[in-house]
This record gives sequence, structure tokens and C-alpha cells, in this order.
Amino acid sequence: MSMVHQQTLVLAAERRDLRNRWWLCAPALFIILIAANGPVVIELLFSFMVKGDYGDVKYWQFSSEGWFSVFFTRDIFDDSITLADAHVTILLRSLTLSLATTGLTLLFGFPTAYFIATRPPHRRDLWLLLITIPFWINILIRTFAIQELIRNEGIINSFLLKIGVIDQPIQMMFTDFAILLGMVYVYLPLMVLPLYGSMEKIDFRLVEAGYDLYAGSFKVLRRVIIPLVKPGIIAGSILVFIPAIGAYVTPRVLGGGKNLMLGNLIELQFGQGRNWPLGSALSITLMVIVTAALLVYVRNATKSDLYHG
Amino acid sequence: MTGGRSAIEAKGVSKVFQGAVTALDNVSVTIRENEFFTLLGPSGCGKTTLLRLIAGFDFPTAGEILLYGDDIAPLPPFKRPVNTVFQSYALFPHMTVAENIGFGLEMLGRARREVEARVDAMLKLVRMEELKNRRTSQISGGQQQRVALARALAPQPKVLLLDEPLSALDYKLRKEMQIELKRLQLETGITFIFVTHDQEEALTMSDRIAVMSKGQILQVGSPRDIYDRPAERFVADFIGETNFIDGVVEGASAGAASVRLGNGARLSAGLPDGLSPNGTVTLVIRPEQARIVPEPSQATISGVLENAVYLGTDTHYHVRLDDGGLFVVRQQNARAREQHIAANSRVGVVVEEGAAQVLRA
Repeated sequence: MSMVHQQTLVLAAERRDLRNRWWLCAPALFIILIAANGPVVIELLFSFMVKGDYGDVKYWQFSSEGWFSVFFTRDIFDDSITLADAHVTILLRSLTLSLATTGLTLLFGFPTAYFIATRPPHRRDLWLLLITIPFWINILIRTFAIQELIRNEGIINSFLLKIGVIDQPIQMMFTDFAILLGMVYVYLPLMVLPLYGSMEKIDFRLVEAGYDLYAGSFKVLRRVIIPLVKPGIIAGSILVFIPAIGAYVTPRVLGGGKNLMLGNLIELQFGQGRNWPLGSALSITLMVIVTAALLVYVRNATKSDLYHG
Repeated sequence: MTGGRSAIEAKGVSKVFQGAVTALDNVSVTIRENEFFTLLGPSGCGKTTLLRLIAGFDFPTAGEILLYGDDIAPLPPFKRPVNTVFQSYALFPHMTVAENIGFGLEMLGRARREVEARVDAMLKLVRMEELKNRRTSQISGGQQQRVALARALAPQPKVLLLDEPLSALDYKLRKEMQIELKRLQLETGITFIFVTHDQEEALTMSDRIAVMSKGQILQVGSPRDIYDRPAERFVADFIGETNFIDGVVEGASAGAASVRLGNGARLSAGLPDGLSPNGTVTLVIRPEQARIVPEPSQATISGVLENAVYLGTDTHYHVRLDDGGLFVVRQQNARAREQHIAANSRVGVVVEEGAAQVLRA
């Protein structure tokens, strides 16, 4: 038997072996295809079905009503079509608040991460621990704690009333400000950690080189540090923006019933609203917005930065 | 090169780091305009600290640093007309070669056209024109070295500081860059302050060398001064190979002393400035300034040849002296005076006239 022939036989045997053992990939395939993306497919199907009378959908009866009512309202009496103002408002609020949250966590997270990254190495772990500890506490409890601070009879208002700065409590609860405050507080660690990860890797001699070449502190920050931390800024922004735009607990507790965000609107359709197709369509809309925003952002942020790629 | 104006003057400079580590102890030194000045010493001797004080990355605990007569010690680095070539180059990884070189001028607010022209001139100076638009991660170590030099020279600083810039290069490249650095210094006419622990590098390039140890400057002088007339044991030992011999001073005149060695032989030895020794002193004699002869009676000192190490151009003779000390003689292997001396035979060592030098301590 020739060597070549023998090799062919061995390869064939190996291929047969692989075919016989394909099921070893099954757990991974199950998780990726069924567990992760199955619900998305179901949601997509539901969004095109007719809504059931008491929730649920009428299976295999298709309609575009769900998608239609994402953006439009049909008057019950004369069937005239108007833009769904409430939905647009909530969509814009969600976008504004989550962008503001991303911006503010970046603003507060940057100096925080810089502080930690410039500590002596053996102290950094302690500071990182202190940043992450609140993260281990349930989000509901942390949100209620903020409520305790800012409600009309809360700590801040009581104190200001007592020292006589104000004679009426400031309304902070159930405002966009309250939601923003809650989200910035909750998501700050998600910004600090990736920022720290990038900053820790900076060779601080580059900062010295910047100073040496006549750049003052601000120029060193803008021309040397920020470009070097860019991967961390991108990662942190993504990690904050995604959960922020879909936030549910924080706007529910701190925004009350008035200041809904997309997450609350979606929940409403599956609960009291009994409009699953609309809820599904809204979910898909949210997913499309997040994906589009990320694509644009990542592309722009990495364009001028080939060396990171 | 000598007698020029002083570019940098350190006056009584001390630096104590937190935790009371004294890195510099009352150092005073004057560096002249257009000079290639080297701070030479082992690691931890304070040479880099002195450089960082001149650059402005650290501030002195005491003392003044004058740049052309003005005290710059309180100024931040970006207000000093002084640039640094870093040991690791510290090139900006997010910029191209050209952007790196133009950075300093840009920060100084120079017009775009001026920056571009200067960048091109610098690229030409360091022979890197073709790599202008490369990322710094896409060029070799030697090329990075050139970019770092060009970047620091582009703003035409009054003084260029170089912190062991050649230590990351391999031997051959280092040799090339030594010559290159000297050429750049002559072409630009900028004062160079060069920090190194490599004595050969220091001897090759410098106009003057300051030898440092434990936060102090032990001796300042031309490479020839430092090598031929070391004033202290540390200097003699740190630079090149050296023989130390003890003797007793019998008389001293201006610049020279007559010293009687242990075996009774007399030597005339040079004296460091301002030293008028008496009693026992240590002499230093460089290995190549002595000759080995087969006949001990014709020599200054004598002993037994332990070993002859052939090194191609030279042969090193290790002679165990009669008083027990080891004396190394280095002789060039010229065909004309080929010499065969058997190991373990008695030999004499002739010290050349003016070769011995009395040490301060």
C-alpha cells in the first residue's frame, strides 16, 4: 500500500470520526441558536400576528397592526390616522436619557478611572473593589435608596428645609432628572472598569513626552491620553448605553407612571395593554436602534485609530 | 568647544525622594554651549535624576538649575526650551512618524507650513524620508530611535537630553548610532546631555564626561582626562581595566610625585589637581601603559606570569606580583615584537613614563 493511499485513508477516517461526533457541538449550537436567538425569532413572528383579546396572540393570523401602532394611532371613531405622539415622546426620552447617562458616566468615570490607574499598583485593587461593591447590591434596593434621598420628605429636602435654604421641598422624584440620577449611579461602574482597563496600559512616559514637547495639561489630555484610552471609552459607552436605553427598574421607581422609557412601554404592552404584537414590535425597534447606534459609533470611533485594530 | 558660554549650570542641586532616598547630593556642574556632555555612572548613581530635573519631570529639593543664566527649576517641562530622547523612545503610538516629529512644533503653535517644512528637514536629517507616513509600531527599533531623535530636535531646543537612548539597540546598531549621534550634534550645534552606564559609549562620543556615583559627581573631564588621569578609585575602576598598586610618597612637585613601591622601585606619578599627598597612596596604571619583559631585573616591578590570554588584536598578561597582587598588562600583537613567554616563568613589568597616577582616595 502506497504512502499516499494510506494518508487518504487516514484522512477519510478522521472525517468520518468528525461526522460521528458532531453532537459534541450541540450544547454550543443550542445556546447560540435556540436559547439566545430563538426568542428574537418568536418575537419577530409575534409582532406580525393579530393580538389576542386578553393578551397573547392569535396564532398564524398575520397582521401589520402591531408595527403600524408603533408609530401611528387610528382613531376609534373615524379611523383617521395620527402620529403616535406618546410613543415618539417615549422613544426620544429613552434616547436622550440613555445618551445623557452615557455622557455623564463618561464625564464622572474618566477622572475616577484616571485616579485609580495612577495609584500605586498594590492599592489599585482596593479602589476597584470599592467601585464594584455597590454593583453587588440588588438594583431595586439601590434605586429605592436614591428615592429615599430625593423624595419630597427625603434626606436632601429635609436638610435644605431645616437650614432654611428652601421653604418648599424641591420636586425631584418622578422627573427625568431622577431617572438620570438613578441611571448614572447604577451604570457608573460599567464605565469606570473598561476605562481603567485602558488607562492602566498607558505608558506614562508618553505623558511625559507630551509635556516635554510643549503640551500643557489640557493638550496632553486631548492629544495623548484620550486617544490612548479610546478603546476603553468605546467599550464603556457601549456597556452603559445598551442597558440604559432598555432600562426598566430605574424609570419605573424614580420616574413614576408619567416618565416612561421604552422598557416600561414594552412591559405595559405585555401587561395591562394586552397588546403583544405591539410589545414585540417595540422590542424589535429597540433592538434595531441599539444595533444601528453601535455600528455608527464603533465605526466612527475606530476610523482614525487604525493601530488599535 | 571649550570655553563657551554655559548652557546648563547646576548649583548645589539635591533631590531627596519621599522616604528619604537621596538621589542627588549637592551636585554642582557646568555644561557648556554646544558641548556633548555625558553623565556616566552605574544604575542608581543619580544620573537619570539629574537629567529629569533638567527636563522638569521632577523638581529639586534644593539648589538651582540655570539655563543660560535663568533659573528654570520652578518651570514645568512644557515651558522649558529643552527636549528629551527617552530610553524607551516614548513615541506616540496613535500618530504617524511625521505627526510625532511635528508634535512639539504644533504645540508651540507654529504655522502648519512651517511645521511641515521642519518635519521634512528632520526626516532628511535622520534619513527617514520614506517612512514619513508609517505608524511608529510599523518601524524597527533603530528607526524608532531616529524618529525619537528627530522629534526631540525638531523644536530646536537649547539643550537636548538623551536618557540611555541606545541601550535597547543591538551592538552593531548601537555603534552606528553613536557615530550618527555625534554627527547630529555637530550638524545641529545643539548642546547634548547624554546619560549612559556604558563607559565605552561615553568615551566614544563625549566632549566631556561627568562620572557619577551615589548621588555625587566624582570627576568631570574630557574622555582622555577621565581615562588617563582618574582622580578617584571609583572612576579608575568604573572606566576601563585598571591596576592598583600601593606606594609611599617620597616627595612631590607641581603635578607629580615620586612614589616608592613595596619592592623599593621608584615611580614618578601624576597628581590630581590640588592634591599634595604624603604617606601611603594608591597608584593607578592602565594595562596598556605597561610592558612585559622576560628579564625581571630590567623592570619596575616583577612577578610570575600566571596566564597569557590571546584576544586577537591584543594579548592580556596576568602577572602575580611578588607582594601577592595581580597586575594585568595588555600588549598589542604586532608581528614584529612577537613574544613567547612561558606560563609560570618570572617576568618583569615596565611601567611607561607618566603612566602612573596617584588617586585621591
